[in-house]
Amino acid sequence: MLSYITKRLLLMIPLLFGITLITFAVVHLAPGNPVEVQTEMSLKVSAQAKENLKKLYGLDKPLHVQYIDWLKRFVSLDFGKSFVDSRKVFDKIIERIPVTLTINILSLILIFIIAIPIGILSATKQYSIFDKLSTVFVFIGFSTPAFWLALLLMILFGVNMGILPISGIQSIDISEMGAFERLLDWIKHLVLPVGVSAFGGIAGLSRYCRSSMLEVIRQDYIRTARAKGLTETEVIFKHAFRNALMPIVTILGLSVPGLIGGGVIFETIFAIPGMGQLFYSSTMSRDYPTIMGILVIGAVLTLFGNLIADISYALVDPRVRNRK
Amino acid sequence: MRLLKIIGKRFSRNRLSVIGAVTVLLLITISLLAPFIAPYDPTAIDVRHTLSPPSKTHLLGTDELGRDLLSRIIWGSRVSLKVGFVAVGIAIVIGIIIGAIAGFYGGKVDAILMRFVDIMLAFPTFFLILAVISILEPNIFTIMAVIGITSWMDVARLVRAEFLSLKERDFVGAARAVGVSDTRLIFRHILPNALSPVFVAATFGVAGAILIESGLSFLGLGVQPPDPSWGNILTSGKDNIEVAWWLSLYPGLAILITVLSYNLVGEGLRDALDPRIWEAERR
Repeated sequence: MLSYITKRLLLMIPLLFGITLITFAVVHLAPGNPVEVQTEMSLKVSAQAKENLKKLYGLDKPLHVQYIDWLKRFVSLDFGKSFVDSRKVFDKIIERIPVTLTINILSLILIFIIAIPIGILSATKQYSIFDKLSTVFVFIGFSTPAFWLALLLMILFGVNMGILPISGIQSIDISEMGAFERLLDWIKHLVLPVGVSAFGGIAGLSRYCRSSMLEVIRQDYIRTARAKGLTETEVIFKHAFRNALMPIVTILGLSVPGLIGGGVIFETIFAIPGMGQLFYSSTMSRDYPTIMGILVIGAVLTLFGNLIADISYALVDPRVRNRK
Repeated sequence: MRLLKIIGKRFSRNRLSVIGAVTVLLLITISLLAPFIAPYDPTAIDVRHTLSPPSKTHLLGTDELGRDLLSRIIWGSRVSLKVGFVAVGIAIVIGIIIGAIAGFYGGKVDAILMRFVDIMLAFPTFFLILAVISILEPNIFTIMAVIGITSWMDVARLVRAEFLSLKERDFVGAARAVGVSDTRLIFRHILPNALSPVFVAATFGVAGAILIESGLSFLGLGVQPPDPSWGNILTSGKDNIEVAWWLSLYPGLAILITVLSYNLVGEGLRDALDPRIWEAERR
């Protein structure tokens, strides 16, 4: 097992290198450089001042030297300073991660709680009315723009019924509340964002769980289990579901980039101060150090999501970890 | 031709996919005939009738500048159609070239190209797209290009897998024996046999591209007002969320119906083109 993990970690090194290279290329090979972006607003900036700024960011050096310098600082977690407020990019990103992570973990839990029963039920009762209804739901779930769903729910629960807040993660008068009220306030603010970000995932995972179950139910060992007289519940949950779960584990890892990336839109809609919203505001103000920082961190989080998925897959399936 | 007939027959067996295909054709017709169908000029401002709810004169109501919502949605369908097809076209060309080279040559070339695919897949797509757009001018052409160059990876993987198995087949050996060049071998002999999963991926791809475009335009990074796109109409829906529900409901419904139709067609195509069921049919 240990050697498997080591091997997977070593495989990540060239990928990490590639991620930094692409991030650097995206920002530096584009027409116009950060200095022009910073100075285009004020025409008074002299050529001399521009040169000084260029020196400050090391933009007067050749591209590959700039990349290596940037990479060196990056490895020591020095992401530079934001163009917008001169704060350290690293601090700006770190303070945003808890909110984004909380919402993503909550919605992942919600996805699993709802999608797996739907998937199992529609597989065991294939072609039943429930199966057909859930198939329709899956297609609608795949095709619904998350931000539109967010708008509709905001109109329904926020504007018409007035029972849920439509922006932010806490009320203005949070400091005057007791512990219980605070928790309630927090939950109220999170219901819509978590629900919206889980919606598409529920559709996807229930479909995946259904086909995985269908695959397993056809196997010989299920027929054997039935033949030796086990109850249907035992067959489904002890024998079939455990084996069907394996490919589902991988989905957990693969859904990380979608969840993080999707955050851009609904964090902006619900005014949630997470990584997605920071990324959106950085792109609007062309804050390149922050853009580069978030791009790399987003990609690294994805790699770790994949790694966790692979490791858990290897944990449940000995064939994988012993493969040469 | 016999082949197409069988595919058509197998496709039409799936009722939902047929409904999807009909809807897609209808949507294409609507967007082509937009100037004739739309009841009003989509950019004509009418300050006396701002934010008026759906009525007989304005079937779906008007927006904050008094522009007719139905007309804007009809014209907006052109944006999603263009973005969907062009972006997917770009993705397919890149995906086919990279997948074909990786699968055909194998070895080191394959390893390097597939690591490149892994790296591209590691970025949350929306982050990468936003980063590129922040540098370029946001408009419909940028969006098409950016969605295209960030969504070719699935196609590349599919084409590579097909090439890996096809290149071992006898017809490839035969073509090689008579001295066919690599390029000709790849594009004339192997590629036509590797296309069916690409068609399926392309159909789903159009749906995905339309969703991404609407999201970008919603964030103000796509099609710029006053030109209508479903995404940027939803922005005014959000700005007027307390007073004008129709601005939020209808454009989103248009996106949902369109994307759903492409997904249904994709599902039908996947079943119709599935080679495993082909074999069964032949027996």
